[in-house]
Formats: sequence, C-alpha cells, structure tokens
Amino acid sequence: MAYLLKGVSILGGSPTDLLIHDGVISDKTDGNAEVIDAHGLVALPGLVDVHTHLREPGREDAETVQTGSRAAALGGYTAVCAMANTSPVADTAGVVEQVWRLGREAGLVDVQPIGAVTVGLAGKQMAELGAMATSAARVRIFSDDGFCVADPKMMRRALEYVKAFDGVIAQHAEEHRLTEGAQMHEGEVSTRLGLTGWPAVAEEAIIARDVLLAEHVGSRLHVCHVSTAGSVEVLRQAKARGVRVTAEVTPHHLLLTDEKASGYDPVFKVNPPLRTAEDVAALRQALLDGVIDVVATDHAPHAVQDKECEWAYARPGMLGLETALPILLSVFGEKWDLIADRMSVAPARIAGLAGHGGDLTRAGTPANLTLVDPSARWVVDPGQLASRSRNTPYAGMTLPGRIVATFLRGEATVLDGKVVK
Amino acid sequence: MIKHLRSAADLDAATATLILDTAAEMAALAGREVKKLPALRGRTVVNLFYEDSTRTRISFEAAAKRLSADVINFSAKGSSVSKGESLKDTALTLQAMGADAVVIRHSASGAPHRLAEWVDGSVVNAGDGTHEHPTQALLDAYTMRSRLGRLEGLRVAIVGDVLHSRVARSNVLLLSTLGAQVTLVGPPTLIPVDLPEKLQVSYDLDSVLPDSDVVMMLRVQTERMQDSYFPSAREYSRRYGLDVPRLTKLPEHAIVMHPGPMNRGMEIAPEVADSPRSTIVEQVANGVSVRMAVLYLLLGGK
Repeated sequence: MAYLLKGVSILGGSPTDLLIHDGVISDKTDGNAEVIDAHGLVALPGLVDVHTHLREPGREDAETVQTGSRAAALGGYTAVCAMANTSPVADTAGVVEQVWRLGREAGLVDVQPIGAVTVGLAGKQMAELGAMATSAARVRIFSDDGFCVADPKMMRRALEYVKAFDGVIAQHAEEHRLTEGAQMHEGEVSTRLGLTGWPAVAEEAIIARDVLLAEHVGSRLHVCHVSTAGSVEVLRQAKARGVRVTAEVTPHHLLLTDEKASGYDPVFKVNPPLRTAEDVAALRQALLDGVIDVVATDHAPHAVQDKECEWAYARPGMLGLETALPILLSVFGEKWDLIADRMSVAPARIAGLAGHGGDLTRAGTPANLTLVDPSARWVVDPGQLASRSRNTPYAGMTLPGRIVATFLRGEATVLDGKVVK
Repeated sequence: MIKHLRSAADLDAATATLILDTAAEMAALAGREVKKLPALRGRTVVNLFYEDSTRTRISFEAAAKRLSADVINFSAKGSSVSKGESLKDTALTLQAMGADAVVIRHSASGAPHRLAEWVDGSVVNAGDGTHEHPTQALLDAYTMRSRLGRLEGLRVAIVGDVLHSRVARSNVLLLSTLGAQVTLVGPPTLIPVDLPEKLQVSYDLDSVLPDSDVVMMLRVQTERMQDSYFPSAREYSRRYGLDVPRLTKLPEHAIVMHPGPMNRGMEIAPEVADSPRSTIVEQVANGVSVRMAVLYLLLGGK
C-alpha cells in the first residue's frame, strides 16, 4: 500500500507532497498511491513513549496490549515501551516475549517491553537482564517502576551490568522511607487536606545519588517522570559534568498542580504526585533547555473500582497516550521541532528503537509518522477514549490538536482519526 | 444555608455564628424535663462510622434523637462494610433507604467529600483521617465563647500533634474565620512543613502560655514515638505537657481545653484536667447542642 500525502507540512514547514511507499518515505512517484489531502496537517515522526503501562498480563480489566495499542495509535504513537510491573512481573525472557508477541499481534504500534531490574520488583535479587536482552523482545530499558531500586549496591550493579548489552536503567526515583503512606505532594495543600505528604526531597535525593553512581561506573541512567524543580537542578548539574543521564517528564506534570487534589477526586492521584506551579514552570523550562530529554506519558490505566473510592485507597496513575500531544501543544504552542525531538527522536534514541524518530524529509526513512490537525479543538470525553480505562485527568477540557492519521512502517494504523483495524 | 458540613472552611462567619447561636438555644432545652423537639420528625439521620468513636457517635445520636429524627447507626464492624463493600456501594444503599443526612466518621481524609458526590442528602463530617472534624471545632468555639464571652481577638494556642490532628485543622479554619488568633505549638516534627503565613508557630510552650486566652491540648498518640516524631513520652511530656507549674503561667482568665480522649500524665496532668480552668466536661455537653444545631440547620428543620 502506498500513500501520497498532498500538501502536508513536515514539522510546520511549507506544504509539500510526501510519498509513502514500501514502508518508507520515497522520493519516487507512484500513480497508484492512495491520495490523502493533507493540507493544513502537520507531519511528525511517529511518537515514541518510553513509559507506558499496558497492564497485560494480569490486569486485563484495566488495559490490554490491544486496547493500549489503539490508544497509542490514536495518540500519534508508533512505538511504546511497556513497563514491567505486570502480573506476573516482566522479569523473565518468557514474560517480555509474551508482551512483545501480543504487541505484534495487535499490530498498531511497536510494543517494546521494559524488563524488571530485580525479581518481582522486590529489590533483592537481580532479574535475568541478559536473558531479556537477548530474547526476541530485545529488551534495552530495565526498570522497577512503581518501586525505586532503593539499595545503592543493587543500583550500582544494575547500572554496570547492563553495559554489556547497551542497556539503560530507568529509575523511579523515590526514597520510600520518606514517602511512607504518602498521598500527594507535601506542601501547603497537603497540610490543608490532611493527606500525608510526598516530599520533593524524596525524589531529589535518589536522583542525586544515582547520577553519582552512574558517573562512578560510567553507565547510562534514565530518570523516570521527573517532577520537581530541585530534580531539574540536580540533572542540570550532572549533565554539565558530562554524566550520561537522560530524563523524562509527563504531560500531567507539565500542566497540573497539587491544587487538583482539593476535591479528593483520585483521578488526580499519581506517583510522583502533582507538584506546585513553581515545579511546573521549572519542568517546562527544563524541557525547552533539553535538561529533560523526553516527554513520556506514564499512561497508567486503572479499573473503575480502583479510582471510585476514597483518595487514600485509590491506585495512583492517569491515562496519557491519547492526550499527550494535545497537552504539549496547549503548553508550548506549535513548536514542532521541539515536539518532534522530545516526543519521538530523543525517546527513540534512549530506547534504542531504530526506525523510529527518523527524518521525514529523507528518502528511505521508515515511514513511521503521524499527521496532526493543529487547528482542531476537541473536548476530552473519558467515555470516548480507546483505553479500556477512564481515568483521564483532563475530562471536559478543550484541547488543541487532533491526530488525523498514523502510519507504522507505511501501513496506516489510524485514518480520519479512527483506528484502521 | 449550606448543604454539607465537610470542612470548617464550608462555614463563613455568619453561618458559623448562626450555628453557635442556634446551639445556645438548643442548650437551653437541655435544662428542661422534656429534652425533645419535634423539628426533624420523619427525617432519617444515618451515623456511618468506619472508625470506633463511641463519644462522637453517641453525641450525634443524642443530638438527632432530641430533634426527633429517626437514627440509624451503621457501624463498619459487623456490617457489609467489613466484608469489603466500597464506600460508593454503601452510599448507594443509604441513598436507597432515603437518608436525609449521613454523619460519617472515616479513617481516610476526604471520605465525606467523596460521599457527598454519591448521596443526595446532607453529609456531616464527624472526623476524616488526619483532615478535619468540623463539629469539634464548632463545639470548641461554642465553649470558648460561653466561657470567655467572645471569639474575636482571642489568643488560642493549639498544642501537640498538629500534623496528624483533624481537630487542629478544623479549629485553625474556624477560629480564623471568627477572628481569633491561633498559635500552633509543638515539636517541629509534629508541625506541618508548609503553613499559611498568617499562622504563628512556636516550639516553646512556656513562652506562649502567658499570652494565651485558651490552651487547647491535642491528644498525642504514643505510636508517634515509634516513628521518631519524638524520643519518648517522658521527653514529650516535659517539653509540651501541660502540668501544674505551667498552668500557673497562664493569665487568670485563661481556659484549658482538650478534645478527648486524654492521655493523663502525658500531654495533660490529671490536676490540670480536673482543675476549674478545664472545660473538658463542658465540651462534651456542648457537643450535643452544637450537633443539634448543625443537623437542625442543614436539614432545614422547622
């Protein structure tokens, strides 16, 4: 199948025709190509999410690889990295291959499994990282997300060990002794609401330790969902020294603040928690500066009963795949180069996903791309989302930018804003 | 009139004063031989208690019964709640039974806010986690006003585990609304790190006492010791306990309050608890009048 995108704007550039042929961007002509009128649409390299929870195996009532893949494609993604905190945990070659195979069967995005660092995410015994790396799933990112690799010796060993296969440890930075029972950001709002605070220092202390460890052993470190201004400063200094550290920020941490907890609606409960307006400003600046390398969704679907309850009993996490790009557009405006780099090029590089985040102006680039209508406005309706869950914090908000089409290796996964299969 | 009482912040000065004035009328009733009013006849008040709190439940129960309401006590223990029923399902059950008001005590902060989304009736917070206990603040304000004649300009020291205290949170809000000036006193570990700027904080009880009209001692749970908030009950008592020598530092007119239950000998010495300055027993009696006023006004009693 070939597609000719007429009048498309690549990264906001002047209108041009773009031919997708044999799975790649082509500079030839094809009279049989299906013509898509793409005037007014912006082409971006397909988005890549380094932090997605697809919940399968184990919590198929919240999300499956299939439903999560649909949400991803509709959000403009062509690759997502599936977090390891499934049930069973993705800590063996068998589980990561299962997730990888489910992704292939869904066929809407490349589902790249993330492997657990430690067996059962328990922090005690290193998982068989090499077996996962050499499995069919070719795992490169390892993370105990949801739990921090708290033991400094375990963290050091893991950072060192994955060098053998160019792996990277993605750390959920949380000093758990400082966050026991924590429900939201520790500050004036938590004081008012009587919810136990999650202090910023619990994140910053672990990032500071880990950049020093990564520096000491010369390894790559990736920091998940950075949420505080203090963390940004630690990263800024580490990068200036040449430490091989990358970092991500979520769309929700770029937009929402801890004030959202005021009504005790657990749809706003997330880990790390929503922070203050000062933190949001620092995170935005860090993303602009490149101190934070990528936007990652931390898409975390939860079943209704896990959110329709008391705040303290609710599970943390919010949906993100279908709203990430619109949130970025609403926060930064139409900064297409920035969006392409932070949501596609840089995450593809961190995750080692060759073929994603390519240059759409060059013939031969794998045709992983998405078409956005930046002039469209839409109201977020949780019931209309493709995810199996409904826990979006943006319900009722009007967002700019609508994904019109997504292509994975030249095959349309989304056309006219609808999933093709 | 407001529909729910979830937080002391739901009350502006006029509403809070109306509740206190109404409570005074209700209190007059307690002296009569027949203590009952027909105001809420035919209305149903549910006491939904997820935590054991005999004194608060009995106080609400007495208040509702004196207003002639039908009272249903729904205790988490031995009910479907202990079998894992969600708050929402319980709420829908109460809704189906036609509860006009639900009085809720719950260990999770914000549970009354959630409940108010699922029932049509009024929700009264009878203590939620480490968040608030607004009727306690109302009865405390009522007690201060009846002992000292006013609230405006009163200097109130709230002493102890402010961090975990729902009594402290509600009192800070209500007293600020009514023009009193609050000073929080306790070890730094038990004072929240971020506070509104208008609040005064002291780590030194002795320096605060001479300038206080009211000293409100908070219950300190001994579990806090295991969690390193302070080294020992003995050290806590020495630094922040209200004993007889400290009592003498208070101005002549000042009163001593405690929401109960007390740890005698820890945050408050028995001689202080039983002294004429102590309002502890009065607070309990005033609790019924204040809760009558709250139920009466929320349910639009005639």
